[in-house]
Amino acid sequence: MNFTLKIWRQKNAADKGGLVTYTVGDISADSSFFEMLDQLNQLLIGKGEDPVSFDHDCREGICGTCSLYINGRPHGPLKGTTTCQLHMRSFRNGETIFVEPWRCGAFPVIKDLIVDRSAFDKIIQAGGYVSINSGGIPDANTIAVPKPNADAAFDAAACIGCGACVASCPNASATLFVAAKVSHLALLPQGRVEGERRVRKMVETMDHLGFGNCSNTYACEAECPKEITVANIARMNREFLAAKLFADKEKQVSFSL
Amino acid sequence: MINLNAGAPRGPLAEQWSSYKANCKLVNPNNKRKLDIIVVGTGLAGASAAATLGQLGYNVKSFCYQDTPRRAHSIAAQGGINAAKNYQNDGDNVFRLFYDTIKGGDYRARESNVYRLASISPEIIDLCVAQGVPFAREYGGLLANRSFGGTQVSRTFYARGQTGQQLLIGAYSALSRQIAEGTVKLYNRRDVLDIVVIDGKARGVIARNLVTGELERHSAHAVVLASGGYGNVFYLSTNAMGSNVTPAWSAYKKGALFANPCFTQIHPTCIPVHGEFQSKLTLMSESLRNDGRIWVPKEKEDAEQLRQKKIIPEQIHESKRDYYLERRYPAFGNLVPRDVASRAAKERCDEGYGVGTSGRAVFLDFSDSINRLGVEAISARYGNLFQMYERIVDDNPYQTPMMIYPAVHYTMGGLWVDYELMTTVPGLYSIGECNFSDHGANRLGASALMQGLADGYFVLPYTISAYLSNEIHTPAIQTTLPEFHSAIQGVSDRIDQLRNTKGKTSVDHFHKKLGKIMWEYCGMSRSEAGLQSALGMIGELKEEFISDVRVPGGMKEYNPELEKAWRVQDFIELGDLMVRDALQRKESCGGHFREESQTSDGEALRDDEKFAYVAAWQYKGNSAEPAMHREELRFDTVKPSQRSYK
Amino acid sequence: MALAGLFLSAFLVVHLSINLLLMADDGGKAFTAAASFMATNPFIRIAEVALFGGFLIHMLFGVGVSFRNRMSRPVRYQHKSRSETSPMSRYMVHTGIIVFIFLVLHFIDFYCIKIGLVAPPAGIERHDFYSRSMLLFSDKGYSGIYLICFLFLGFHLNHAIQAAFQTMGLNHSKYTMIIKALSTTYAVIVAGGFITIPFWFIFLR
Repeated sequence: MNFTLKIWRQKNAADKGGLVTYTVGDISADSSFFEMLDQLNQLLIGKGEDPVSFDHDCREGICGTCSLYINGRPHGPLKGTTTCQLHMRSFRNGETIFVEPWRCGAFPVIKDLIVDRSAFDKIIQAGGYVSINSGGIPDANTIAVPKPNADAAFDAAACIGCGACVASCPNASATLFVAAKVSHLALLPQGRVEGERRVRKMVETMDHLGFGNCSNTYACEAECPKEITVANIARMNREFLAAKLFADKEKQVSFSL
Repeated sequence: MINLNAGAPRGPLAEQWSSYKANCKLVNPNNKRKLDIIVVGTGLAGASAAATLGQLGYNVKSFCYQDTPRRAHSIAAQGGINAAKNYQNDGDNVFRLFYDTIKGGDYRARESNVYRLASISPEIIDLCVAQGVPFAREYGGLLANRSFGGTQVSRTFYARGQTGQQLLIGAYSALSRQIAEGTVKLYNRRDVLDIVVIDGKARGVIARNLVTGELERHSAHAVVLASGGYGNVFYLSTNAMGSNVTPAWSAYKKGALFANPCFTQIHPTCIPVHGEFQSKLTLMSESLRNDGRIWVPKEKEDAEQLRQKKIIPEQIHESKRDYYLERRYPAFGNLVPRDVASRAAKERCDEGYGVGTSGRAVFLDFSDSINRLGVEAISARYGNLFQMYERIVDDNPYQTPMMIYPAVHYTMGGLWVDYELMTTVPGLYSIGECNFSDHGANRLGASALMQGLADGYFVLPYTISAYLSNEIHTPAIQTTLPEFHSAIQGVSDRIDQLRNTKGKTSVDHFHKKLGKIMWEYCGMSRSEAGLQSALGMIGELKEEFISDVRVPGGMKEYNPELEKAWRVQDFIELGDLMVRDALQRKESCGGHFREESQTSDGEALRDDEKFAYVAAWQYKGNSAEPAMHREELRFDTVKPSQRSYK
Repeated sequence: MALAGLFLSAFLVVHLSINLLLMADDGGKAFTAAASFMATNPFIRIAEVALFGGFLIHMLFGVGVSFRNRMSRPVRYQHKSRSETSPMSRYMVHTGIIVFIFLVLHFIDFYCIKIGLVAPPAGIERHDFYSRSMLLFSDKGYSGIYLICFLFLGFHLNHAIQAAFQTMGLNHSKYTMIIKALSTTYAVIVAGGFITIPFWFIFLR
């Protein structure tokens, strides 16, 4: 198969960048999108040009590293699929394919198609955990979790942190990402303990980092490679409202040993 | 000859770890915050270790090459994690898990370490559940288990087909909490390129910031390597594209011994290679073999017709199919262990019975099960796997047999460590897949996650204090010391050399070539002659790489080709060591099958008389041959026996 | 914003039911009675203040949020987005502005006349909303604008009602489908109801 590629090239964060047109030929329909880009890069290296940089790692749809905005959709045309699991048979022979990086102020471009998603780490650091130490834990079966809750928690926990939700959102909002983590832990008794604090801190951090707000377009749900639903956003909103309205003011407790 | 002593406490196996803990030296909390620890890698082992050490109050610096710790390749583990919980009341206990692991490893692992692993396993589940890992549950709300990898008890905990992901997110959350609290500092997008050794002790690392290209010096009182396995030496493997041996390899060059490098696990159920440009192999869960029957055509002509797509598999009559696993191993059939299933597939394909366009595939057929159980039952069990297969291959496994082929999946070899998980370099530790310790010559399913987390959460945090308790008077290590200077100079010289070669051939080309040599001669089955010729080929490849590699782009910028070049050069050197190790081990055991050592009916023949040892290799310089040292393995508790699946 | 929106939606129902009285064949008696009740009842007077507040909050938040949202993606995509979204949800601020423009016209035509800021057209008394409406609807241009504006109000409402539930955390595997259906039904009834009036004036009367 042959393709015309319009790829975003940008030397570094300071460079302005722009689309550059390439053509590739003799691509197997069974090649993955990245294998097609690998072939382009081999060609560019052969010609002494700088190969196209893109983020990728596991190439089996689970690590969440890959992040290409292809023809106006994060991870390309297939539903529930990461870029690395996209194959060239999903495109027409001769098609022109636009390839761009995720766009969001909180995700600055590092080079070409690579963006810095450390904002997601900061959100998790704000409270996406259960505050326990490794040790002195009671037997796992002392906590019973209703199976439907455990399953729903899993559905939310399936998030791979790729950022497709942000990339697809007309507002560049990270709400689905935050909601998935809040939901995952809110559905489990282990996570309930510090639920109020968690949702407040995580939402505040998200706002502070410059992501947009949720206006319920549900583009995130349509594009999420793990098919995480916006029901999680509603759950987070519930948690957030309850935390804001009903939780007591946090008290500073001072103590001395 | 270095005297390799694991240093396990004396006394009965079952009491060693508690006696170690009771007598281990501790570090007082005031002193902990004055001590720096570097942890390289943020997979299950690295993230759990960094988080736990941070909780204890040490000053931790955590490194990963990925953009965030959550993407380490532990995330891709599918099946599950073993633990001797006996929740199913089926007679499981610590000893049984220990025994299964030692036996599964074909009696090439150390009893003391494996027993400790088994005894810690229940605690791991407790901790992960408390972290919020959404393990599968029964309707009563308690944890579910399944049987995995042919064991007789159900001791595997799982979270659908994404157990590794969920456990890693648990460890990543714990790590994130420590980052927020300031006890762990994260250095993401960093390649650790060298280990700095001062006065014989590991004191820091040289890292390259992958975004800016800057070389950085980081010092610490101890260095922990959790950088994973080296399966990518085969180019095509189920590892992530970035998985590499570099930190472990630089440790080897700085004096740490590398143990059993030839022990590689080849997983039987992967999606076959489709073409020259393939970059990566995808694993299909082993559970598929519970209901799928593996076959190839009985006639070579049929196989040829299939390869040319002149006929489809359904056209081959039942009587013309060879269910070779059922034929050879009537007792276990399609459920023989990974190494046996993999070798049998290769044997059929080598004989010319392989299918698929490349002839490097066998069928995994579900039609019998579908007829017996119905499409719905099969879809409930394997729906997501079938979907994944269809997405990649564009064939519908409900209608036509799947095609599978073995692929490199895990490496049991790694840095030699003692009972405390310390390498032969004082202050340098190795945990998880990066070390060699617990799986012997073959790893059982659902044991890798268990080992990574055991090392990180529950073993290293104790054992490292034994070393650090002697370091409390050592002030923070200065990065201006001459050893840092020379290390950074060495790294920058090597980068310059790579960039200035300005040859004609891209890094990938060398990597592919290396992969082919390793797969052909040091893969599923190995012979003296093959290994000898591989040694020559690798030597040539090494020279060719030095004189002809082309690395475009600059040093002080984001340059993935440069990253790859460094990694591939290390892989080439590692390949040489693997072949040497395979050459000296003239027995068949676990993942290592020596053609010269087999029974009259073609089964692996282990030689406990001569080879019940760990081969630990010492670096002797770039042009000199490495030296091999032995740690003799003693089996006081279990009696080695030949595995038989007939 | 969601709360203010839902409050405004409730107001729309009241307004619509009064407007529909325009079509009663009684020479405007019922309509005028309702209008004067709305103009004089003290509770309604208080509610009117809340209504202005509601509009203000809804608009300020709406514009503020969409400004912030635009800022969060400083460099835009070259290729137009092809992601599937809830219908018209991308254009809430646009449809909102159209509704706002109508509101301004509406204000000038009725409220400003009522409070005496603007002189009523010749021959129509300041409080005679019925004659005023009759006059406006007889103008085809005005009716056209009215029609278009309410069409967009319909689009706005269709997304808005169910989105408000979602924002307040009310999403349920059983009931969300119902809420979405009710939301669309509501949008069709309200927009349809308002649009019926000019049609009735032009074609049926």
